[in-house]
Amino acid sequence: MTDQEQAPDDLATDARAVSITINGTCSQHHVQPRTHLVDFLREGLGLKGSHLGCEHGVCGACTVQLDGQVVRGCLVLAVQADGRSVNTIEGLSDSGAIRELQQAFVRHNALQCGFCTSGMLMAAHELLEKNPDANREQVREWISGNYCRCTGYQAIVDAICDVLASRKTAQREGAAA
Amino acid sequence: MNAPESRELRLALAVAAARAEAPHSPPADPVAAPLAAPLQDARHIGQAIPRPNIERLTQGRGQYVDDIELPRMAHVVFWRSPVAHARIRHIERDFARMMPGVLAVYDGKDLATICKPWVATLTHLAGIKSAPQYPMAIDRACWQGEPVVAVVAKTRAEAEDALQYVQVEWEALPAALDMNTALDPDTPVIHPELGDNLCFSRSLDTGGVDEAFARADVVAEATFDFGRHTGVTLEPRCQIADYNPASGQLTVYHSQQAPHMMQDLYARQFDLPESSVRVICKDVGGSFGIKVHAYPDDFATVAMSILLKRPVKFVADRLESFVSDIHAREHRIKGRIAVSKDGEILAFEIDDVTGIGPFSMFPRTSGIEGNQVVNLTGGPYKHKAYRATLKVVFLNKTPTCQYRGVGHPIACAVTEGLVDLAAAKLGMDPLELRKRNVIPDDAYPATGASGIKLEVLSHQACLRKMEALMDYPALLAEQQALRAKGIYRGIGFATLIELTNPGAAFYGVGGARISAQDGATARLEPGGGVAVMVSVGEQGQGSEAIFAQIAADAVGVPMSQVRLVTGDTETVPYGGGTWASRGAGIGGEAVLQAGLALRANILKVAEAILKREVQSLALLDGVVIDVATDEALLPLHELGRVAYYRPDTLPAGFTPELMVTRHYAQRDYPFIFTNGVQASYVEVDTETGFVKLLKHWAVEDCGRVINPMLVDEQIRGAIVQGIGGALFEECLYDDAGLMKNGSMADYLVPMAAEMPDIVVAHIETPTRSSMLGAKGAGEAGTAGAPGAVVNAINDALRPLRAEVWSQPVTPEKILRALGHI
Repeated sequence: MTDQEQAPDDLATDARAVSITINGTCSQHHVQPRTHLVDFLREGLGLKGSHLGCEHGVCGACTVQLDGQVVRGCLVLAVQADGRSVNTIEGLSDSGAIRELQQAFVRHNALQCGFCTSGMLMAAHELLEKNPDANREQVREWISGNYCRCTGYQAIVDAICDVLASRKTAQREGAAA
Repeated sequence: MNAPESRELRLALAVAAARAEAPHSPPADPVAAPLAAPLQDARHIGQAIPRPNIERLTQGRGQYVDDIELPRMAHVVFWRSPVAHARIRHIERDFARMMPGVLAVYDGKDLATICKPWVATLTHLAGIKSAPQYPMAIDRACWQGEPVVAVVAKTRAEAEDALQYVQVEWEALPAALDMNTALDPDTPVIHPELGDNLCFSRSLDTGGVDEAFARADVVAEATFDFGRHTGVTLEPRCQIADYNPASGQLTVYHSQQAPHMMQDLYARQFDLPESSVRVICKDVGGSFGIKVHAYPDDFATVAMSILLKRPVKFVADRLESFVSDIHAREHRIKGRIAVSKDGEILAFEIDDVTGIGPFSMFPRTSGIEGNQVVNLTGGPYKHKAYRATLKVVFLNKTPTCQYRGVGHPIACAVTEGLVDLAAAKLGMDPLELRKRNVIPDDAYPATGASGIKLEVLSHQACLRKMEALMDYPALLAEQQALRAKGIYRGIGFATLIELTNPGAAFYGVGGARISAQDGATARLEPGGGVAVMVSVGEQGQGSEAIFAQIAADAVGVPMSQVRLVTGDTETVPYGGGTWASRGAGIGGEAVLQAGLALRANILKVAEAILKREVQSLALLDGVVIDVATDEALLPLHELGRVAYYRPDTLPAGFTPELMVTRHYAQRDYPFIFTNGVQASYVEVDTETGFVKLLKHWAVEDCGRVINPMLVDEQIRGAIVQGIGGALFEECLYDDAGLMKNGSMADYLVPMAAEMPDIVVAHIETPTRSSMLGAKGAGEAGTAGAPGAVVNAINDALRPLRAEVWSQPVTPEKILRALGHI
């Protein structure tokens, strides 16, 4: 925070105390009831990796994990995260949880401007966990809640399918061994 | 192995000879010959190398404008006109001013005290007119979404809270909303001082058109409608204006494609010295032409920073994006084609009406799109007779301007729709009709019927490749077999040309201060790295990656040693930026020339250090070597150390010049055209009207392909945007001129599940206007996709004697065409 006058949420009288585990670290904050989770992350904590594309839950650019589930950061209030755990793209990057996907995205050129990428990776990460057997069509279906305006989606689908396939191969080899 | 000096010389001579050679003979091999530039270390150009600088974007560690926070930064939100046309009676600001955190509330008159109005015309669009436009409306608002009042507060939330307390008394005025009646006598004239609602008109007649239609065996005609749509960059338009009253310096962080253009405009509109304006473009979250214009709220934000003497941030929210980002493509075209019974296209004729906003958009004007439609219709073909009329009319709707493809998707869909209609009437295969009529590959340079100069194209090679790529005969057989089962599939083609690598013909000759030239500076750093500063920036297409590939090859260093700097008017050479598919072709050539010049200078330093003849030295992979023995003589970090830290050891009078700048402007032709062909395979559900895209193919020729992986996905992205316009996207207005679907939930953009896999293949015919030989690749996908998809839908519907030429082709339109509703 560069300027005290930029911290109105903490100063406002109706701010609520919340305790949120963000990227693995629990901390206490005061947030206004109306503040959206993504605004709190971006403005309150300086975690700028989650982006705002539409602010009404359509484009998916603000996707974050809440208790391990992907949610729209613009449709969840920060106070709803009280007592819960939030993971952002920064946290998943540092933990290495989505390393394979990130590398595949770079390798396949699955991003251009990068604005959708944080949310797209969040969605893809959840797909890997929930449907490791997803076929190409199911991958397309799964990421349809995340808009990309630059790519033709094909490179994104290729990258995700690549990770799905390499995980399966690794699993088979593990089982064989 | 030949000595490199003779190899270089031969290559240089080959380049010179190739340039002098005329007429051009078509390449036997569709893949471009190795770069005819004197490269010693050509290992990167042409390779599918991942972009080196995008890992940070996968980690959420980019920096878009909204991510930047400056000390004392204030936030502006706008009260925008809620109606299409209104007289503003009174603005009550006192309540808003009293709200917490509010710093100021401004109206149009406040800002007009320091920002001059503009009138967006170009002298080469003869007769184009518009009215003075201000950063915010004064007395009268002319479209729903025009900024009228600005509230500046310490936070965005406080500004939005206060906005609710701005009270504007307005009186609705009659509006001009339908382009088809905009010139009727009983339609209100938006700017009475202009006399009528006509912004620009043009007619073109080669002569011989009536005769061609009279002698034609087949005449086909249709009316083509194109829905108004918009770019929907995922990152909305945004900027931070930071005026420092002590230094008089204005710094603008901007999500923009043309930073030097904006520098010039800010300097002129605010009467600031050019040198006092700095525009910085960091990560840009999609642009597509939406971010190459100067918007009223851009100037308003700068004005408020100057008035408040502090940084002001403006980030459009999605709802205001839909009514303030430029729209495009609202055209109605009556077209017809004359064809002989043996399948020779004799003539095209079009009559185009297009509706723009109440003002021509600054500074590129709203006349260019229609002008392009006139220039490009019929573009791939060798007919000589062509007539076109164009009327560009003012409407009380969101202003329109150049959006990806600029006129191409319209011209292509009309041309190719007419070709398909003619083929059906003739009973000739549509691919065959195209083959018979494209300008042959050995006929270049050529001039199209509209007068456009075509340097070198490869329609025939592209059509041949497409036929094989899609296995056309098998597809036809499948289509036929399924029709017997009541499954209606269609195949549609779209042959296209695309204007790229523009010279000054686009804007400069018309008086717009938009550079046609771009520059690159290459600097050897002491550690052996190469820093390259380029006036063409990055909006995600991979400009920086291909510049790094080119620089690495030109200098002779590993790509990992190249670092790119773009997007800052203070540090990069002067240039035009990104538009009209010019980044690779113009910017890339500047990088190539700068890299070659730096290598020459590096070798001169090596000569001085090693005391060997420069001709005996080469630079490979970051090491100076002996060309005869390949012996490694001097790594660049050692050369850099001596040059920068121990110049005392160098010969007297010798100064290492390890930073060089080179510029390039394409001056051989007004534009370097590219070409290609797309094909679409669709299935139409005749019960529901839904269209399933089964597959899409593109064969295109963007000259030398610098990075096939980047080009392919850029083409796919462009195709998907084109499909968006063909099937989904439209800014729908009600009878009062209010946009009905101005949210992302209601305005449909393509999603992953609806899109087909897209097969991309290349023919490489390098342009001879540059050593690099690259042409543009960013827009051809958008140019061809709508025509291909709509033709495929109509091919599917043809046995049912139904046709739809109105984009977007919605299920409802298909069901109406089928007579089901």
